[in-house]
Amino acid sequence: MEARTDKTVALVTGGSRGIGQEVARVLGRDGNFVIATATSSKGAEAITADFAAIGIQGLGVVLDVTDDVAMDDCLKQIQSQYGAPAILVNNAGITRDQLLLRMKDEDWDAVMATNLRAVYRLSKICVRDMLKARFGRIINITSVVGSMGNAGQSNYAAAKAGVAGFTRAMAREVAARQVTVNCVAPGFITTDMTEGLSEAHKEALLQQIPAGRLGAVADVAGAVAYLASPQAGYVTGQILHVNGGMWMG
Amino acid sequence: MENVAERVKKVVVEQLGVNEDEVTNEASFVDDLGADSLDTVELVMALEEEFDCEIPDEEAEKIATVQQAIDYVTAHMPAKDA
Repeated sequence: MEARTDKTVALVTGGSRGIGQEVARVLGRDGNFVIATATSSKGAEAITADFAAIGIQGLGVVLDVTDDVAMDDCLKQIQSQYGAPAILVNNAGITRDQLLLRMKDEDWDAVMATNLRAVYRLSKICVRDMLKARFGRIINITSVVGSMGNAGQSNYAAAKAGVAGFTRAMAREVAARQVTVNCVAPGFITTDMTEGLSEAHKEALLQQIPAGRLGAVADVAGAVAYLASPQAGYVTGQILHVNGGMWMG
Repeated sequence: MENVAERVKKVVVEQLGVNEDEVTNEASFVDDLGADSLDTVELVMALEEEFDCEIPDEEAEKIATVQQAIDYVTAHMPAKDA
């Protein structure tokens, strides 16, 4: 068992690949002790191995963010073993895309459970110690889709817009305790999720992006690292869009 | 062991960052000790921790002064601490 760390503890959900993986690595390079979650033990082990290989302190743990009991247990263990997270990145997300007319209730509920309810629950658990510590950073990964909408993603867009509203309300509640709550809203980022798109679809996407390229996970992680930093202490309740200009508010 | 009143006052001093002599039995958390809504929620959570009990929301709302906190804890404390 590792001893409690004197570094700042950062918790990143959905940290085994894509944006979450890069966010975890960047927070680690910035000197935090990073705990990144994956839904499988294989994924968690891969995170631990990755951190060891690149010289980051921290580890991967298994967590299904829709399992309330598992979440409570996981956080208790983290708090007692490593210390309470001062940085929380709610990144875990799923998509169940379908035009509204064809959408199944399960698709709606699953997206709400992972992308919205889990954000509420984990933030509530973690903020208690942040308030006591008079320092905290909660960063919720949303999406440009939450602001501009996207055909076939009414569930996803609703959940992401919901997180943005939650972020603003929570930010007001805890601002006086030096706890900030913000969103980072990626546009189209090159990940496993977008790799599956057809060339024609990708070409059509690029037409909408003034920067003329898809985003990289590093573009998003840089924005998260800023909001997590001590320098961002006066920034709260905001959505930081990282989308190459495809949507400007 | 300190008595309940002393322990409650200690929690109030720590949680609200006020001086001990301000924390009289009659002191109101909001009117006299400058607590805001988040302070009062945190104070209740700190009392729950100190006395290892759970204070339901509808009860917590009625705890507005130091004396009311002492009374509540005295009435609801687990037997082993009494």
